[in-house]
Amino acid sequence: MTMTESRQKHKILVVDDEPDLEPLMLQRMRRYIRTGVYEFVFARNGVEALEALDMDESIDMVLSDINMPKMDGLTLLERIPDVAPDIRAVIISAYGDMKNIRIAMNRGAFDFVTKPVDFDDLKFTIDRTLQHIREWREALSARDKLVVLQNELNVASMMQQSILPNKFARNDDYKLFGTMQPARNVGGDFFDVIGLSDGRVGLAIADVSGKGVPAALFMMSSRTLLKGAAMRADGPGEALAEVNDVLNEDNDACMFVTMIYAVYNPATGDLTYADGGHDPPLVVHADGTTTQLPVTEGLALGVLPGFDYYQHSHQLAPGDTVVLYTDGVTEAINSEEEQLGLHRLREAFERNPPQDAEDAGHRVIDLVNDFAGDVPQFDDTTCLVLRREG
Amino acid sequence: MGINAERANGTVIAKADGRIDSSNSREFHSELEAVVADSDAALVLDFADVAYISSAGMRVILLTAKSLQKSGMKFALCSMNDSIREVFKISGFDKIIEIHDSQAEALSAVSA
Repeated sequence: MTMTESRQKHKILVVDDEPDLEPLMLQRMRRYIRTGVYEFVFARNGVEALEALDMDESIDMVLSDINMPKMDGLTLLERIPDVAPDIRAVIISAYGDMKNIRIAMNRGAFDFVTKPVDFDDLKFTIDRTLQHIREWREALSARDKLVVLQNELNVASMMQQSILPNKFARNDDYKLFGTMQPARNVGGDFFDVIGLSDGRVGLAIADVSGKGVPAALFMMSSRTLLKGAAMRADGPGEALAEVNDVLNEDNDACMFVTMIYAVYNPATGDLTYADGGHDPPLVVHADGTTTQLPVTEGLALGVLPGFDYYQHSHQLAPGDTVVLYTDGVTEAINSEEEQLGLHRLREAFERNPPQDAEDAGHRVIDLVNDFAGDVPQFDDTTCLVLRREG
Repeated sequence: MGINAERANGTVIAKADGRIDSSNSREFHSELEAVVADSDAALVLDFADVAYISSAGMRVILLTAKSLQKSGMKFALCSMNDSIREVFKISGFDKIIEIHDSQAEALSAVSA
């Protein structure tokens, strides 16, 4: 628990071997004790003080004399961090005893007051110390929350990596390769390869809105829904429509996913695809020229139930390479705050067609990394490549 | 990121600026909600000074569009730079949210 309310009672441990300090403190501070601002507990020496700190975790600060039997205040200062690392101590010293005051400050005392004690000054010093302790505890609590958040993001990151295909079937008709380079603050990109009947293969690339655990969960359900829909549906348009309708149920958070779903038929070389509000496929031809396939005028999935998704077919020539990518590629930022843009992606292939699917995929990632340099990227960089061999 | 709002005949014109991404989309959402609460008939969101909007920001636009639709208020966006306009086109959001080239066009559309 943290103490964020200044009105909350603060417990102060007073350590002094002189018996007259206790009644004096209780008398002079009675107003604050009565109103519940302070509570005082007392110890006669450093040993008793350490025992008290060890027993009672609710003590907020220590106010200690220097000269005491058994264990003096300066030794106590050294030992406090072992039992109560977040406690702050204020030392009461003889007036003008700069040597001991210096030692106390060097040993981590937060402040000091001098004898004879001026209680107005003591009140001020106590409040200043308690204020510091509150801020310190708030900082600690913020740090702990950050650690929890970081752990959650690690979970999201693992979820994201675990669902990506990492082995790609190799055959004589076509080759596949996909890769995702996660952003530092986990995004929601994914790609998938789905085996279909008659040797056809389904290819999906997607980008979920937002980041972190919510994006990762939405990504998981989108991917599972698509796998099911891909098996049943007649074509990509129908598959996206089905996924869209289910994602729209109970979607008060207005999460959405942009997606391309394509079905490749190796027997004919036909690539049939539908876009759910996602950049259309880029085709790199064997001669190094590129063609961006037309959009099918889709809408991001999860936005509007009952939306009709159209599809488009394009026949790939042998040697054609289809590059599906997410906007982490085209919206990568360099140190001049320029976006990478589709034109640079096309230039990366023009006059220099990829050797194979894997080469094309690596080239996209390298392009982004070279362009971005040291500038941290806020989005995942993902691509899925299909190459018609022959 | 910030939002400046002014009113004209029941329509609130809100101008956002800077980059809208996952680091400030929450703040963008709460500022936009405050603006919506202040509007009676229509909201025009001006993108002239917005450099970039990520999917997290698009989600906020969508939430706003849906809540305005529920309360029967009009909503239009305007003055987007080319790359933001492209994001709205590719995602299909321009099919469900009105987008105009200029603030004047957006204003006359929502007050029609």
